[in-house]
Amino acid sequence: MTDVRTRWRDFRHGVSARFDRLPKASKIGLIVVFIVFLYALPNKGFYEYLGLPLGEYIPLYTTRNDMATVLFQCGYYILLALGLNIVVGYAGLLDLGFFGFFAVGAYTVATLTSPRSKIFTEYNWLESPWPWLVALPIAIALSLLAGVILGWPVLRLRGDYLAIVTLGFAEMIRIVAQQNDWIFNGDRGISEIAHPPGKNADGSPIFAFDAKPYYWLVLTVIIGMVFLIRNLVRSRVGRAWVAIREDEDAAELMGVPTYKFKIWAFAMGAGIGGFSGALWAGQANFVNASTFRLEQSILVLAAVLLGGAGNIGGAILGGFLVIYVPEWLRSIGDVFGLPENVRIAGEPYDISATNLRYLFFGIILIVVMIFRPQGLWPNRRRAAEIKDREKEAMVGA
Amino acid sequence: MNELINGFPVLTVTGLTQGAIYALVALGYTLVYGVLRLINFAHSDVFMIGTFGAIWTWSAFGFDANSPRPSVGGALGLIALAIVVAAILCGIFAMLVEVTAYRPLRARNAPPLAFLITAIGASFVLSEGMAAFTNRRQFGVPAMLPTDPLFSIGSWQVTPLQLTTIAVAILMMVALDWFVQRTKFGRGIRAVAQDANTAALMGVNKNRVILLVFLIGGLMAGVAAVLSDMKAASTRFNVGFLIGLKAFAAAVLGGIGNLRGAALGGILLGLAENYGSAVFGTNFRDFIGFLVLILLLMFRPTGLLGESLGRARA
Repeated sequence: MTDVRTRWRDFRHGVSARFDRLPKASKIGLIVVFIVFLYALPNKGFYEYLGLPLGEYIPLYTTRNDMATVLFQCGYYILLALGLNIVVGYAGLLDLGFFGFFAVGAYTVATLTSPRSKIFTEYNWLESPWPWLVALPIAIALSLLAGVILGWPVLRLRGDYLAIVTLGFAEMIRIVAQQNDWIFNGDRGISEIAHPPGKNADGSPIFAFDAKPYYWLVLTVIIGMVFLIRNLVRSRVGRAWVAIREDEDAAELMGVPTYKFKIWAFAMGAGIGGFSGALWAGQANFVNASTFRLEQSILVLAAVLLGGAGNIGGAILGGFLVIYVPEWLRSIGDVFGLPENVRIAGEPYDISATNLRYLFFGIILIVVMIFRPQGLWPNRRRAAEIKDREKEAMVGA
Repeated sequence: MNELINGFPVLTVTGLTQGAIYALVALGYTLVYGVLRLINFAHSDVFMIGTFGAIWTWSAFGFDANSPRPSVGGALGLIALAIVVAAILCGIFAMLVEVTAYRPLRARNAPPLAFLITAIGASFVLSEGMAAFTNRRQFGVPAMLPTDPLFSIGSWQVTPLQLTTIAVAILMMVALDWFVQRTKFGRGIRAVAQDANTAALMGVNKNRVILLVFLIGGLMAGVAAVLSDMKAASTRFNVGFLIGLKAFAAAVLGGIGNLRGAALGGILLGLAENYGSAVFGTNFRDFIGFLVLILLLMFRPTGLLGESLGRARA
């Protein structure tokens, strides 16, 4: 066991060291190839071209949902994970209601762009629905503002108190959205939300019901966001966040205005969450109150911590896995031709992978955390700290 | 506002009943937090298992949602039996969660956030496991106690169910308080909560104390599950989620890690919800609970009674 682990570690370090040694041009080349690969992922033809086995059931392809749809879902979860990673991973603030900001973004786009929204049908606040692209910056700005407004009173709290307040905030947003006679129209929701702009050569809109263009859009946004966050965390702001995470009192004593930077982290994360919500609303075309459940906030948090808090790559990996693995588990039943139902004592039980996927996912979460408490792809500094703690535990025991 | 004034007696009694259930569940959160500094997310699903334990017990005696009400004596006997079964079931599952999801991480001294993820994982496993086991169906609870008011003083009326709930809850809380404050095991719990390593040096078996804490939390959740079953009249695999959330909020409201605080927080939350929903409409029931919580935390950042489980505050 240990042997396999050390060998695997050596292999990983070997790969990353070799990558680091490459000349800059080849590095960029490799990254470009990888990005092209990402853009090609939803094309079924791509897998057939690679000649992957299993005939109709291609191992990585999801059978129950169109691959592009799954990848788009992964995409907006990755964005959410990137946003939450700033809050939890860098600044070390435990936010359990992150999906609330997603809701703010999605509802802003929905109310401003849909002709069915009550702004136009009942209140007549505006003349005509806005295009998606104009509503997008408003959505980001509003969720940023929501982050500041929420952060202003609650960031004076610490640790677990912060967790319950953020959790309560997300619940409150959902309850407000649930009111049928208010602007958000409750469970009846808002339909006919505008899609992002753009036309094909033949005049048909690019963004309609096919999920592929949305996936490419969200992928582009993610790539841009990665550059932005990467630069941000290497700046003074990022160093301040890490200092706050490691020891808030020490950071304050060293002259870091901790409260200000905590609000910054909160607002940045919220803005990215809102962005994700706006993108999602543009694809989904319909929002209602039951879209935003607390489980989703928890899933995003699981994504960040599973992937490895404090590392951009880890957040991306986690965001991808929490959507993709359950979806893929649904397909696996088709691949191996597993039975969907069993009868025990005359009672039929659904044992399809679709029904049991979150059960397996829960087991995976526990197992991964026991063997890799730092997450799958952790930040180097945090991983070192966690190693230290493990050694302390051995001495203590 | 009129509704609040006219309905004040009814609202108070229902609020106290609901609050007693929150308080019992909140005790589980607060005990574990006091000892481990850990939000045990799986606690709500342990509670959920208790709601099924009660239903299975009753159905073993031939009672289902449509069967006629048993005699009062029979009902009390059945309730007592269901409480015992549900409490034992919850206690076992709570200890299972600790052994499988938390103990291996403690052995490696993992960071606190890793515990949060295994807690979420354990919560998924319990609720989705139950979902598969029950085919995601909703189960009705057999009628037990008569619904006519037992007695009334002016416009204050108390139904047998409300009286039972409040009485059982108070009994459990008093027993728990006695156990933690007066017995040898309780002293062990307080010692580990205060300083785990020093307690270990003094000969307290830390892991056994932690297991005990999970067991007690589970027992309380099991009792609450039976009471909540009778109040809600049905249960489902995801029933724990909302009650767990409220109970956690109640624990924080009273000062997490503080047993009396959890009891107080639960009852206050139940009352606030009922009064609030009379003023602002029932749609806002859940909204008010959180609003109270946030406002309170802004002025008293460690909850009403502060956090302590026998802790001398440093």
